[in-house]
Amino acid sequence: MKAAHFSKVAFAEIFFRKLLSLAGVFIIIILLAILFTLFISSFPAIRTFGLYFFSGSTWDPVRSEFGALPFLIGTLATSLLALAISIIFSLPIAIFLGEYFTQGGKATFIKSMIELLAGVPSVIYGFWGLFVMAPLVRKLELSLGVAPLGVGIFTASLILAIMIIPYSASLGREVISLVPADLKEAAYSLGATRLEVIQKVILPYAGSGILAGILLSLGRALGETMAVTMVIGNRNSIPNSIFSPANTLASIIANEFTEATDSLYLASLVELALVLFLVTTFLNTLGKWIIHRMAVNR
Amino acid sequence: MSQKITSLKEAKMQKTFKIITILFILFGFGQIGFTAEKELLGAGATFPYPLYSKMFDVYHKESGVKVNYQAIGSGGGIRQLINKTVDFGGSDAIMSEKDQAEAGGPILHIPTCAGAVVITYNLPGSPQLKFTPDIIGDIFLGKIKKWNDRRLQEINPGTNLPDMNITVVHRSDGSGTTFIFSDYLSKVSNEWRGQVGKGTSLKWPTGIGGKGNPGVAGLVQQTPGSIGYVELIYALQNKMPYGMVKNKKGNYIQANLKSTTLAANTTLPDDMKVSLTDTDSPDGYPISGFTWLLVFQEQDYARRSKEKAKELVKLLWWMTHEGQVHAEPLHYAPLSPKAAEKAEKLIKSISYKGSSLIQ
Repeated sequence: MKAAHFSKVAFAEIFFRKLLSLAGVFIIIILLAILFTLFISSFPAIRTFGLYFFSGSTWDPVRSEFGALPFLIGTLATSLLALAISIIFSLPIAIFLGEYFTQGGKATFIKSMIELLAGVPSVIYGFWGLFVMAPLVRKLELSLGVAPLGVGIFTASLILAIMIIPYSASLGREVISLVPADLKEAAYSLGATRLEVIQKVILPYAGSGILAGILLSLGRALGETMAVTMVIGNRNSIPNSIFSPANTLASIIANEFTEATDSLYLASLVELALVLFLVTTFLNTLGKWIIHRMAVNR
Repeated sequence: MSQKITSLKEAKMQKTFKIITILFILFGFGQIGFTAEKELLGAGATFPYPLYSKMFDVYHKESGVKVNYQAIGSGGGIRQLINKTVDFGGSDAIMSEKDQAEAGGPILHIPTCAGAVVITYNLPGSPQLKFTPDIIGDIFLGKIKKWNDRRLQEINPGTNLPDMNITVVHRSDGSGTTFIFSDYLSKVSNEWRGQVGKGTSLKWPTGIGGKGNPGVAGLVQQTPGSIGYVELIYALQNKMPYGMVKNKKGNYIQANLKSTTLAANTTLPDDMKVSLTDTDSPDGYPISGFTWLLVFQEQDYARRSKEKAKELVKLLWWMTHEGQVHAEPLHYAPLSPKAAEKAEKLIKSISYKGSSLIQ
């Protein structure tokens, strides 16, 4: 009886472990399948344009001339600017909720509000951006003497920044609150002020976690489509100032994909998707490497 | 010992599961097969969607046939028809030679109604403005940059045009509206034809893009000093001002159902693959266009049944005859008698294995 029971348990263990590894393998297969499909579908464009696709700045569907540079710049500009703006808010929020205001009804309320920000559908952000932010940015542009378009890189970055705050704020708060109490106590007992404890103990300890949150935010910003496409101005050329209208990789695919009739046009759009995929992968890998270096150095 | 029992239990469970799955699949397929005859699938242009939506609803009540139309844009409609995933495609743009060749069989363009593309703008006081073809071309090329430009002031003598920059608003998505507009500009401006050309997606020399008609209208409404192009229906419903345009015969025409219908009152070729822009009609609005339903002439493809083809032909006939009464209340221009006649001939030419489906 005992032996029979044991083999049943062993079977369950092996079965469960195999199931888990199957799930893991499944994810990898899907990712590779996506990459493979993107590559195959964009092949006519890769063959026609080669490396000039990355340096070409013309997007002309009538003459079948396509280049990804304006969108690459648009994506990187809006994502990095949005990241910079969001860090100004998410880092203080993370410290505030992780260190100062950790318990209590008010704290929970603020935490839920921030998490709610992440739950708002991006189309709604787009509408809000178009009807609330754009007129405000227009006023700003008028006062600066720039063309009062209201839409452009600046507006898109502002909206994106608001959208990605919750990701780095929540993760940041989590890791900051997990800093061991005895480390902080030790610092206090040596006469450190609260600010010094934050600067010299908490932030270095939670540094890699905070960076991971920021990386998550960046990933979200790179791929955001709906909200961006409504406020970016949809101009398929390289932007020359922070207020210019522009276009991102995700936004142009969303705009033109359903209507692209000619096969080179479609293949070029798929190649843009491939470029976005590669850019996201590259930035993620870079981020992970930086986090790893930080953790190692500590 | 218990391992064997376990595996027997498992085997039984697996068998039951397999039976349930097979029953499910059979039942599911059976359902699909059962309803297939009474349902038609279409996809394409967004411009006629309100009209088609109404028409299909009425048709369903009258005949019991359900028509499912996805408004994904003219280009999307063409693509789905070529991929043979839909029964018919909707398009404001005429299929290119390349797409025709890719389709593998002649595709008929059956007109359902006509529409107008109007030039709408945002100026203080919403004055009624006049435009000439070359001025429109130069504004959208970025050559005329200010509202109080001499040329604009000349043709609008009574209006005090402000010293504001002109912000051009165009479509960011591929669309039939853009096709009609750029087709018109290619005819009236050599520079436009050479530099930009015509198509559903263009390399715009200047301006910002909005998604769909609502996107363009929204941006124009919000941006002082902006100018854009939208379907007449949309400008009317949003109470936006739009300009009178000088047509080929030299008359300044206001876009409305009448002038759009008149624009279609010109020589129509048998295949109805005609552009209505820059019309010869003296009172016709120059930036008008048909919208078509695209179908394969020979309906015996991809294992389509004769019944399905018959249902499609019945729908097309209804839409171009009884269904036309729904056009005007929704601000769409119905087919003129000449256009309806040509449409009839085209529908009669649809065949299944060579024999006509309707007399």
